[in-house]
Amino acid sequence: MNQWYGFQQGVWQDQINVRDFIQRNYTPYTGDESFLSPPTERTEALLKKLDALTALEREFGGVLDIDTQTVTSLLNYKPGYLDKDKEIIVGLQTDRPLKRGVNPFGGLRMTRAACKAYGYELSEKVEQEFLYRTTHNDGVFRVYTDEMLAARHCGLITGLPDAYGRGRIIGDYRRVALYGIDRLIEEKKKDKVAVGKRPMTADTIRQLEELYQQINFLGKLKEMAAMYGFDISLPAQNAKEAVQWLYFGYLGAIKEQNGAAMSLGRVSTFLDIYFERDLKEGILTEEGVQEIIDDFVMKLRLARHLRTPEYNELFGGDPMWITESIGGMGEDGRTLVTKSSFRMLHTLYNLKPSAEPNLTVLWSQDLPEAFKRYCAKVSCDTDAIQYENDDLMRPRYGDDYGIACCVSAMKIGKQMQFFGARANLAKLLLLALNGGKDELKNMQVGPENPPYEGEYLEYDKVMALLDFYRPWLAHMYASTMNVIHYMHDKYAYEKTQMALHDTDVHRFMAFGAAGLSVLADSLSAIKYAKVRCIRDPETGLITDFETEGEYPAFGNDDDRVDSIAKEQIERFYEALKETPLYRDAEHTLSILTITSNVVYGKKTGSTPDGRKAGEPFAPGANPMHNREKNGALASLNSVAKLPYDCCRDGISNTFSIVPDALGKDEESRLDNLVSLLDGYFAKMAHHLNVNVLNRETLLAAYEEPEKYPNLTIRVSGYAVNFYKLSREQQREVISRTFHQVM
Amino acid sequence: MEGRIHSFQSMGAVDGPGLRFVVFMQGCALRCPYCHNPDTWDFSGGKSYSVEEIVKKVENYRPYLKKGGVTLSGGEPLYQGEFVLSLLKALKEKGFHTALDTSCQVLDAYTDAILDHTDLVLADVKVLSDRFLSYGWSRKRAEAFLDKTKEKGVSVWFRQVVAPGLNDTEEDVKALSAFARQYPNVEKIELLPFHKLCLEKYRSLNIPFPFETVDAMEKSRVDGLSALLKDGLLYQ
Repeated sequence: MNQWYGFQQGVWQDQINVRDFIQRNYTPYTGDESFLSPPTERTEALLKKLDALTALEREFGGVLDIDTQTVTSLLNYKPGYLDKDKEIIVGLQTDRPLKRGVNPFGGLRMTRAACKAYGYELSEKVEQEFLYRTTHNDGVFRVYTDEMLAARHCGLITGLPDAYGRGRIIGDYRRVALYGIDRLIEEKKKDKVAVGKRPMTADTIRQLEELYQQINFLGKLKEMAAMYGFDISLPAQNAKEAVQWLYFGYLGAIKEQNGAAMSLGRVSTFLDIYFERDLKEGILTEEGVQEIIDDFVMKLRLARHLRTPEYNELFGGDPMWITESIGGMGEDGRTLVTKSSFRMLHTLYNLKPSAEPNLTVLWSQDLPEAFKRYCAKVSCDTDAIQYENDDLMRPRYGDDYGIACCVSAMKIGKQMQFFGARANLAKLLLLALNGGKDELKNMQVGPENPPYEGEYLEYDKVMALLDFYRPWLAHMYASTMNVIHYMHDKYAYEKTQMALHDTDVHRFMAFGAAGLSVLADSLSAIKYAKVRCIRDPETGLITDFETEGEYPAFGNDDDRVDSIAKEQIERFYEALKETPLYRDAEHTLSILTITSNVVYGKKTGSTPDGRKAGEPFAPGANPMHNREKNGALASLNSVAKLPYDCCRDGISNTFSIVPDALGKDEESRLDNLVSLLDGYFAKMAHHLNVNVLNRETLLAAYEEPEKYPNLTIRVSGYAVNFYKLSREQQREVISRTFHQVM
Repeated sequence: MEGRIHSFQSMGAVDGPGLRFVVFMQGCALRCPYCHNPDTWDFSGGKSYSVEEIVKKVENYRPYLKKGGVTLSGGEPLYQGEFVLSLLKALKEKGFHTALDTSCQVLDAYTDAILDHTDLVLADVKVLSDRFLSYGWSRKRAEAFLDKTKEKGVSVWFRQVVAPGLNDTEEDVKALSAFARQYPNVEKIELLPFHKLCLEKYRSLNIPFPFETVDAMEKSRVDGLSALLKDGLLYQ
């Protein structure tokens, strides 16, 4: 096939196998960033246009425009452009940049509410279309039990994907570029014949219908590209086409689905093969290569979904989690860093810092030193990238995995996950003390028991109560997830994304835990200090605590409490595994909150660690604010002790440090940040968000947000534009621990 | 062997090269009016730790410290000479780079051996002009100590806190540079801006802060003074 001219041959030609193509054809790069090109005039002109649009969007209160007449899908909008004459890579979700479509497949009510929140009314036309149609949300609520509704209502489990797309599925968009749509359809048709020979059980029938839908949507993808004047039936024949084809795949996915996280995968090194070929052929110069990547990234920065304000409270900053995983090592010991890994990071300079795409560096001790240093520089300059431990993930996922959302690893095109939101472990403790009642709403949520008796909390008694309520929570939570994902498959199946997976995929069900550091510190206080219960005289519920004496707090590298955190998360994971899952999914667990740590705190009464009712939790697996007394590395060490093997969906840690505390000058700051990352990941920690900035900067941005449109910071597992956070979320970010010079 | 320790800082990035585990030792006889650790003065304060306990702690940070090491600071570590010696010995045995942050005022039976196990001395050189009452610090004693470092060829970085009206003129920097030139083993001079983050500490300890009314030193002015030092060392 002449589109594959110059490529090393291999099994990738006979079967869909992008990894094999990469391994045989990519060029590792161990040099530094000096080859990179600045933005071209064309890029700058386009960027100006994009900046003006986002400024306008900001002025309009966060949403520029909504098309309330058209349900979003692959073929429902005329082609849209940012600037038709100047763009290199084309394609928008709707017919105009930043105009948001409506996607009621997840739930009609949410769509209505979202329109209303921004001054629009969902059109009669769409209302009529969905009058006799079941949405994912309808399905779920037809089945939810009273217990599930109660747990959801009081915030014991929150952020459930039961009213919008579940997301966290990464289509292998590279397949579109490498094989073209026709070949992908042909392979899926073959698979359908093979699956049709299996016993005709409910599973087989469902899979056959899904395959039908996948093939159907691959056809639509081709049509969508044709509307923009491209024929993607065949493989891409040059780098520009490769990026365009790949982007069409992604665009189809975000036109079809409004999943919480719509991640990109691991495309830089794949695309690098095409860039190298074109550079060699003299078709492209370095400037031209960077220009294509810049243009591609600008398209990604234009992606939006329509959300409600309640959703934004959980997942602040209007995120899409267009996560691109960069770097890492190959199983054969060669680095997967290429020049395009640098080029992708370089967009943060050419196009200014931004939250999207969510650039994620897969860190290995063996990464080329020059690349490590460049990453550290990007962190210091932009606060826009995150790091995840390739040496920890590679043995478990191979060398062609990507990160969905923030910290969820999966083999690209071979594994997917059912996103499982999270359970509030701090609230579980209060529920256990109050005999299954919610401490704030005074309603029975869990099995009824006499509440904790006695003035002071005794560790063994409290542990016994947790051991009783934990299995109940885990079972109820897992059952709720089964309901949600059954219904999502039934009513809002991801046709485009799953068409870009192998037909038989491995499924994870990714549960989550919030409030781990609050729970660990509370138990530590009970064990090492004295905690007195304060009861509400009317209800008899334990609503507050008085802590006498000191206790070791999580975040100080102190095994006395770190082991409690470890034990609690292990027990929770073991409890989750007791319930079998929909489609035989594998249980995984994350310690990640996004920005929902604020809402979780709001919904949780006072806790024995001294945290008062309503106060935010720490994000993700972070230690609680201002309880770290031994400096930054001690805090990192505590988090590093949490076991990845029972938290295979990721352990998120956000690290903020003032520049002066990282080193005296830029040189030593970069050296020290590299040492810090090497050290943390040598401890087999999983993830780190890095912010190098002064609290004063945040305070200034809090006062005058319009002056800081590009101020990007890392929060739990992703980056946000600071101005896009709610005031409450901004305050919480400001109050977090910033590691300083003593 | 036990020593009195004020606290540990697991991540020091400004006390010697690379990332460093910093041990703040308890007790100091000097009373520098700009001191930012008044809580380390009292010799009976702090907590006792054995050498083994500290080495075990440091081990937890080994992967971070490849390009850095351990810094003993305070307080004044040299007042606990015997303990410091055995701690440094143990750290060197384990392969850690060691730095000693000291005001160079103690010269006793342990000094020789201490310097044998010290890779870098961070010499806190107090103000040299006679405008300043040294509150117990003597240039002469410092010279005696620094002579020892020279004799043993131990690397030294000079460090000086710069405060407005105290030692913030070009002349002061010149004098410091001239002093440094007496020692070929001085590798660089670091000027540290006086700051007032310690005000709360003084208040809670109920100790008057002599420099309470002195303004914090602007970083840009210190940068300007540092720029006078070629290669961070010699006056241009």
